[in-house]
Amino acid sequence: MKYSLFGNGKVTFGVVVLGFFVLLALVGPWITGSVLGLDARTNDISAISAPPSAEHPLGTTQFGQDVLAQVIEGARGSMFVGFLGAIIGTAISVLIGVPAGYFGGTTGNLLNFLTNLFLVMPVLPLIFVIAGYLQGTGLVMIAFIIGVFGWAGGARTLRAQAMSVSNRDFVQAMRMLGESNTRLIFSEVLPHLYGWIASMFLGGLIGAVMAEAGLAFLGVSDSSAISWGTMIQAAQQQSAVLRGLWWWFVPPGLCIALVGTAAALINFGVDELANPKLRSVSRRVVKRTAAHRIAVASEGA
Amino acid sequence: MTATTGATGPAAAATGAVETSARHDRNRDRKRSGRRKGAFLARRLGFYLVAGWSAITLNFVIPRLMPGDPSAAIIDQLERVSGQALPPATLVSIQGLFGNPDDSLFEQYIAYLGQLARFDLGLSIVNFPVPVAELVAAGLPWTLLLVGTTTVLSFILGTALGVAAGWRAGSRFDAILTPLTTFLSSVPYFWVALLALWLFGFLWGWFPLSGGYDPNLVIAFEPAFIGSVLQYGILPAATIVFSAFGGWMLGMRNMTVTTVREDYVLLAQAKGLSPARVRWRYAARNAMLPQFTGFAMALGGVVGGALLTEIVFSYPGIGYLLFSALQKRDYPVMQGVFLLVTLTVLLANLIADSVYVWLDPRVREEK
Amino acid sequence: MTTTALTARNDAARPVGSDTVLDVDGLCVEYAGAGEPVRACTDVTFALRRGEILGIVGESGSGKSTLITALTRLQRPPAVTTAGRVLFHPQDGEEPVDLVRLTPRKLRALRWTSLSIVLQSAMDALNPVMRLGAQFVDALREHDRSMSHTAAWEEARRLLGLVGISADRARSYPHELSGGMRQRATIALALACRPELVVMDEPTTAVDVVMQRQILAQVLRLRREFGFAVVFVTHDLSLLLELADRIAVMYAGRIVELASATDVYRTPMHPYTRGLRDSFPPLHAPVTRLEGIPGSPPDLRALPSGCPFADRCPAVMERCRTELPLLEPHGGRSVACHLHDEGIRP
Repeated sequence: MKYSLFGNGKVTFGVVVLGFFVLLALVGPWITGSVLGLDARTNDISAISAPPSAEHPLGTTQFGQDVLAQVIEGARGSMFVGFLGAIIGTAISVLIGVPAGYFGGTTGNLLNFLTNLFLVMPVLPLIFVIAGYLQGTGLVMIAFIIGVFGWAGGARTLRAQAMSVSNRDFVQAMRMLGESNTRLIFSEVLPHLYGWIASMFLGGLIGAVMAEAGLAFLGVSDSSAISWGTMIQAAQQQSAVLRGLWWWFVPPGLCIALVGTAAALINFGVDELANPKLRSVSRRVVKRTAAHRIAVASEGA
Repeated sequence: MTATTGATGPAAAATGAVETSARHDRNRDRKRSGRRKGAFLARRLGFYLVAGWSAITLNFVIPRLMPGDPSAAIIDQLERVSGQALPPATLVSIQGLFGNPDDSLFEQYIAYLGQLARFDLGLSIVNFPVPVAELVAAGLPWTLLLVGTTTVLSFILGTALGVAAGWRAGSRFDAILTPLTTFLSSVPYFWVALLALWLFGFLWGWFPLSGGYDPNLVIAFEPAFIGSVLQYGILPAATIVFSAFGGWMLGMRNMTVTTVREDYVLLAQAKGLSPARVRWRYAARNAMLPQFTGFAMALGGVVGGALLTEIVFSYPGIGYLLFSALQKRDYPVMQGVFLLVTLTVLLANLIADSVYVWLDPRVREEK
Repeated sequence: MTTTALTARNDAARPVGSDTVLDVDGLCVEYAGAGEPVRACTDVTFALRRGEILGIVGESGSGKSTLITALTRLQRPPAVTTAGRVLFHPQDGEEPVDLVRLTPRKLRALRWTSLSIVLQSAMDALNPVMRLGAQFVDALREHDRSMSHTAAWEEARRLLGLVGISADRARSYPHELSGGMRQRATIALALACRPELVVMDEPTTAVDVVMQRQILAQVLRLRREFGFAVVFVTHDLSLLLELADRIAVMYAGRIVELASATDVYRTPMHPYTRGLRDSFPPLHAPVTRLEGIPGSPPDLRALPSGCPFADRCPAVMERCRTELPLLEPHGGRSVACHLHDEGIRP
């Protein structure tokens, strides 16, 4: 299992990229400060809106702030919201989805109804409005709002999976033997769902990073915090596009896209491991089959 | 269609009685399956009614749960903007929407529902004294046009590409397109919009930089204006499609890979049907079904992303309205936009559900 | 080379018209997945006469399903036919064609009109979103462009009547039919274009015993009526003893014994065949102790150099460990076992 997980190119790429950004979020600001001697907030008046140069590798903003330092600082803000939002969202989807699948009947139906309700609600506009009331609020609150409203998709998947696990013979048998539900959920059902939960977490991570960027772009984020979203928002507000300051808004968006791609690729690879039908169409297998077929054709000719 | 003509065939003539009872059966079957579909739709309709009610109630609860007193803040701001005390009717309207410290929650709720029934969403603070309903009504057609067309286009594009990639999974086409799309679907909408605006609007000057139509024209249903709407709309629409088709494509690709391995596709091939028929009538037709059950989740993301795209292009829709409302804490507009967007999305989901019923004869009670 | 070997005896089991419809020679199928390619079928050789029912029996993993998809050229990556021929002889005396090397276009024209298939699970084999009749109609009209829409629907209803399904069911969707009905419908579907050969992949595993008998009786009746040949794959030897004219026993990707049904029942030559025969109760004899076959089938990725059955064989000899026995003619039948090599008598 482990071997094939890392034998998968997609997963390897995803893990490396995601790991890089996590590391950047953890130690990045220290590196910019002490190694590169740059600061995300210092205004370099000698270089206003300067294109990339030796002194400022990614150029500077309208306010003479170093873009590279901001991107690194922003990694911390974005990844923080991403992780916290994903933790909260995943926790709620486990708390709602698993019992919804495990307990049928009224409890299950009620939880399922709640899930479906949140599923059809357009979550992003909802988050926008709520965050609108809490303007200037910190990143913690933003992550919290994102998590609290973004759990429904995960809960639906978990419900289906928990349902299939708890309908298996061994769980049914243990239920009949009088095993307590709590114990059954924790010792029998949940362990079967770890893979799903992990994939949900990755999905939640990128969802939260994107949502935070969207919120920041709307201008309802913490104005003093630096995240990739606030960078793009600042660029937009200062009409960076219309003045051609591409180095200001291109890097943060690219970072968001990279984190998203990494998470998606890991999920993709895990899907391939879980679903043999997807695995059998991997490029390697198809190439080998084709090579074989050509050998036969030439032999037959 | 042909079944009815078939009943008059030579075989039927010989066994008239049997045939009559068979026709009876058929009618009964059709009625039964029709009833089942009807029951399913009725249940879905019921669900969306409850969801709509929840959205309306959420709209009532949110301002009352927020710290501070939005109602007082709004009145305060309105008085400052207008420079005079508000007329009592306006006061009642605002308190009905955002909270009234003197009434019980229940009384407030009843009053609130009554106001909604009269489409009274309060007055905008920024554009005092324009009613919110009017602002929202002005923006809605633009957003519907933009989001509606882009949703349909990205769905079609994503589904078609997904079938192509999934059908020849592992081919070079798939090996290049699928990771690329994974990347594209991870790119924030508004960033793509900024990039497109910079490249096509600023650098190359192919498209106008902002707005939804040429401001020198009068809004009217005539060729010049429609042409200008198209000219201004292409870039925003293209960026939304660009960001949104990836999700549809990846879903469709994986479903196609799974469906292609189903026995009925194998049998279709064994029957010697043309590859196009096998691919579309058998594989894609079935692989498409989950696209509709996942519609709700996808649509929420597209709408959110489209709202942000509107901001980049200063497109005169709901998103831009929401943006300016958020900037200036125009709570009545915020709430109005939220309510409208939510109800519209719910309606779209109901439509997607109905299409699903029509596409899948096995209308399932529970997924 | 093999046709002569196989056409000698079995007179009782042989139906009218004794010319060959299918001639399989040295067919090899590999799975080219990750790692070393795995051989699922090795050197499969047999001939099928017009109107004959050939049963192929084997445990799961013996390569019988792989063989079916290779015969009909329906296999998907990573399965690849790496060697051999599958010669199909059309009825009208045209040149035989090699299904393995036929161009896709020609193959498509041949499908269903000459060669059709019944899959294991009818539930999965019918398109859930198409009416039953429509799934007949598209096959009928694909191969007969002149057939009108109305005529095709009429034909679909007639075909359903052949297997005892009332004509009005043509308008139903697959999920509205019972399991037995669906299975019978797929058999009717396979006969839509009057093929000369129908390949059946365990078509009775998904239905109950009563329905199983009905379906088998129907297959025999329809075969009498239309004269098509059948390759019938199953893991259930008892079923083949009643249905098939000849039986091929597969083990680890090879045919280990090929003989008439009577011979397989009365005098199985391969120890594996004997094991299979003894592992179900005889229908018309006093109940005796049942003998299973100890052990499990070998791993196809690591086949022993000798006989793959050696580890489970009650009559294993020194030679079996080192030398692979090949399928050799043996008085009108064939067997791949060192016990029956010249000079050795059990």
